Amino acid sequence: MTLKTITLTVNDLVETVDVPQNMTLLQMIREKLSLTGTKNGCAAGECGACTVLMNGEPVNSCMVLAAECEGANIVTVEGLAKAGKLSTLQDTIIEAGGVQCGFCTPGMLISATALLKRNPNPTDSEIRSAIVGNLCRCTGYVRIVDAIKMAAK
Amino acid sequence: MINPHPGLPELQYVKPATLQEASKFLADNAGVAKPYSGGTDSFVRLRDGILKLDYLVDIKGLEGTKELSFDPQKGLTIGAAITMNQVARHPDVLKHYPNLAEAAESVASYQLRNRATIIGNICNASPAGDTIGTCMILDGVLKVHGVDGVRAVSLSSFFLAPGRTVLKPGDVVVAVQLPIPPKGLVGTYKKLGRNRIGDLSIVAVAVLGYPTPESASGYRFRIALASVAPVPFESFKAEGVLSGNKITAELIDEAAGATMDSVTPIDDVRGSARYRKQMVKNLTREALTEVWTKLSK
Ligand SMILES: Cc1cc2nc3c(=O)[nH]c(=O)nc-3n(C[C@H](O)[C@H](O)[C@H](O)COP(=O)(O)OP(=O)(O)OC[C@H]3O[C@@H](n4cnc5c(N)ncnc54)[C@H](O)[C@@H]3O)c2cc1C
Ligand code: FES
Ligand code: FES
Repeated sequence: MTLKTITLTVNDLVETVDVPQNMTLLQMIREKLSLTGTKNGCAAGECGACTVLMNGEPVNSCMVLAAECEGANIVTVEGLAKAGKLSTLQDTIIEAGGVQCGFCTPGMLISATALLKRNPNPTDSEIRSAIVGNLCRCTGYVRIVDAIKMAAK
Repeated sequence: MINPHPGLPELQYVKPATLQEASKFLADNAGVAKPYSGGTDSFVRLRDGILKLDYLVDIKGLEGTKELSFDPQKGLTIGAAITMNQVARHPDVLKHYPNLAEAAESVASYQLRNRATIIGNICNASPAGDTIGTCMILDGVLKVHGVDGVRAVSLSSFFLAPGRTVLKPGDVVVAVQLPIPPKGLVGTYKKLGRNRIGDLSIVAVAVLGYPTPESASGYRFRIALASVAPVPFESFKAEGVLSGNKITAELIDEAAGATMDSVTPIDDVRGSARYRKQMVKNLTREALTEVWTKLSK
């Protein structure tokens, strides 16, 4: 199979990558760029562990072809901290105890970051709606919702 | 060993520059090439081995597919690359077709709705497709580009069977056109899932109503049902009950009951046929009551 060469921005760095045509954005992020914060939970759009920002909006990276990402701007969980300092949400999710095994956390942080950008003061129900596509098998969600509320303040 | 995270099978990504090129490529490679937009249906089926393709043809760059616009004469045009979220938050959709925004917002999760499209939902032709019924009762017409040029296809004659439509190899749906909604339109979408949000429906009901002197009751209602027949469809039987008489709670009850006679649901993991039959009645009653309450205010 012929490779496709794409150039895109990932966490503020311009990357040029040769990708197989059937490779997903998720596989490219993990296997070509070695950014393993983004997780593969289901590879079917259900769990949200693979959520990244694509041109400012969260998407399931398992449901995007890398070949489609020419010129795209991608932010993964590794891109949330700036100059070695965690983002407010990263701080509050630790403080609220919203992390247990941590598998859902990268996707959860991306969804929550996008939520607070489009709606800086969400209600509880708006928060829960925004993370419907991010399954957590450990926390029961309460502390994650708390963390997002703390970050919104 | 079972691979719990299979990648997509080997295939080529094709991004045609023009509609002509897309239609020709799709027709020349009938059976091994398909158009896609968000990929949220196609990728899952490719991964599961239900769908086998040599080429995925990305339609998102094609002329007219990124259009989302409202014209006071023509109505709303939704291009094939327009996502559920773009529709759900568009000011003209919220103003003139709020029931469509509601249906679009009921699909999956926020991040999936950033990829999933209305046209993909329609072309996938699932009995559970959440935006199909609403587009149907809003009298949606598809603009289809095929090897012989452009034609219009009404949604009322588009679906053949689960996953099957009248589209032929080479056809690319460019957009769906919704005419100007009737004056005083009120609509709602009732979706019953296994969880409150984020799941495919067990049963879903789209209802709209508006005042009209053409009907003996003074109102016209449109009712579309999902997940209770091989394809989403409009229940003319239930609508008929509401057209001839003064609208009352009893008449709404009768119309809701009539939906049960027009459905042919199946048993599956989400619910039994019997349960679906009961619930289509309850959801229709709930939706009609809500619409009627707003209309008669
Ligand atoms: C986790 C998950 C949850 C989901 N939840 C819901 C839900 O709650 N409700 C719901 O209704 N659906 C749901 N779906 C299904 C899916 O997301 C929707 O049907 C979506 O709208 C499909 O749009 P798409 O652009 O992604 O489709 P694609 O996968 O791109 O295409 C779907 C089909 O349409 C054809 N097609 C696409 N574009 C064109 C075109 N322009 N011309 C001709 N044919 C075309 C393709 O060949 C394919 O057969 C879910 C899917 C997943 C993975
Ligand atoms: S890995 Fe993408 S949604 Fe689960
Ligand atoms: S912390 Fe374990 S899945 Fe969320």
